[in-house]
Amino acid sequence: MDRIVILGGGTGGTLTANRLRKMFSPGEASITVVDQDDRHVYQPGLLFVPFGLTQPEDIVRPRGRQFHHGIDVRTNEIHHVDLVAQAVHLADGGELAYDVLVVATGAVLAPEETDGLTGPGWMEKVFTFYTPEGAAALGQALAAFEGGRIVVDVVEMPIKCPVAPLEFCFLADWYFHERGIRDRVELTFVTPLDAAFTKPVAAKRLGGLLEQRGINLVTEFNAGEVDGVGGRLVSFDEREVPFDLAVVIPVHNGASYVTRSEGLGDALGFVVTDEHTLQAAVAPNVFALGDAASLPISKAGSVTHFEGEVLVENVRRFLHGEPMDASYDGHANCFIETGFSKAMLIDFNYDVEPLPGHFPGPMGLPLLKESHLNHLGKLMFQWLYWHSLLPGRDIPGVHSAMPLAGKARQTDTIAGERAS
Amino acid sequence: MTVDSIAGVDIESNDEGFLVDPHQWNDDVAVELARREGIGPLTDRHWQVIRFMRSEYESKGTGPTVRVLGKTSGVSIKELYQLFPKGPAKLAAKIAGIPKPRGCI
Repeated sequence: MDRIVILGGGTGGTLTANRLRKMFSPGEASITVVDQDDRHVYQPGLLFVPFGLTQPEDIVRPRGRQFHHGIDVRTNEIHHVDLVAQAVHLADGGELAYDVLVVATGAVLAPEETDGLTGPGWMEKVFTFYTPEGAAALGQALAAFEGGRIVVDVVEMPIKCPVAPLEFCFLADWYFHERGIRDRVELTFVTPLDAAFTKPVAAKRLGGLLEQRGINLVTEFNAGEVDGVGGRLVSFDEREVPFDLAVVIPVHNGASYVTRSEGLGDALGFVVTDEHTLQAAVAPNVFALGDAASLPISKAGSVTHFEGEVLVENVRRFLHGEPMDASYDGHANCFIETGFSKAMLIDFNYDVEPLPGHFPGPMGLPLLKESHLNHLGKLMFQWLYWHSLLPGRDIPGVHSAMPLAGKARQTDTIAGERAS
Repeated sequence: MTVDSIAGVDIESNDEGFLVDPHQWNDDVAVELARREGIGPLTDRHWQVIRFMRSEYESKGTGPTVRVLGKTSGVSIKELYQLFPKGPAKLAAKIAGIPKPRGCI
């Protein structure tokens, strides 16, 4: 019997375990999942907490309950992986031998890596909404905010859900409009990138939307210090952005045990992984997906979902001695909440940047365009997450490979925009 | 896409000024590219970063981000900004003749 060990019981670990359980009978393979706690957070919901649109307890469920029968779920900290002996060492001294290892432990926030960020003012006028606690504390601060300068700062890429900070800006614009004090609030989005987003067509549309909403954009700003007392972001090249309230997305690393496991991770603790097969560079029987993997694509749940389909097939192929399926194309799909009950949708992969059009085909949801339908899609997705995505069911019309039907090719777009 | 004579070689670079073919690069090209960016003369510390960028690109297929540079190149982020003002990862990649670091999106 083959022993499959999955590290991490979040989006990637859960859907992988459930899909593998359906693929292999209990006599063919044992499946063990290890996570350090029993709190599964629906992370896309964190964005809504500061605006009182959802409560932290509504987006957290027990991890253990998301798994099919026949999966051994352990709550334990991971100390390191011995890749030579093919065993996972747990913090309590326990050991799990594996034939196949799946790394799905995500990314961890490292606010302490930025000078001053966790110093005076942290959780008082400097917040992050990337944790349930931070999002709740920020919600209280926003409710008490009567006017002034709010900055939203991405310290450094990569971060989870790269569109979330932009969504936060759009929702803040809506929120202060609703409260009738938008004219007393100055909103500024500060990014290390050279535009609002990395890919040209989407960057232009999103940059335009910021402008339309009266949100300032500061680019190529690498924050070296956050001065909570003085209310200043200071960049490494000594520029300053003043604030009364700062929303900071700290730098991200891989889980700390990855760094303790020789050869498994890169300099930031992300697992070096084949872009198309999801096989780790370090060993053929190690796979990685989701935020834990070092791939040139967004760290996002949709990416993890699409990767999962290919990864599960490759675990099967590895155990049967067959060649790998190199079909993961970098597909990502993100709703971008823009406030006022509207959202945009972007759909892209390694080679095709987010383009206008419709998803998944010509009759589908509008791409790169605000619509009420996309907002409803975003809200509905939370149900699909718990009831379809995690259990490993296929979502109709949404597949691993990115669809091209319905997308306006880049050349058409440029020609169209010139004509208009 | 433009073709330009740099240090006596016809070199093709993209719209953002990054070399199309990293193999066309040599030390003299680096000196000239740096000069065009207003950086120079190149010190040992500059070269340490430039050579590190080259070796990272050769082994990994992409240049490192500034945070990775700060952790692994032996030059702190603060000093990187002194050596290559504004955007060290981008600027050092350009002078090292490798593509713009992909970063992550």
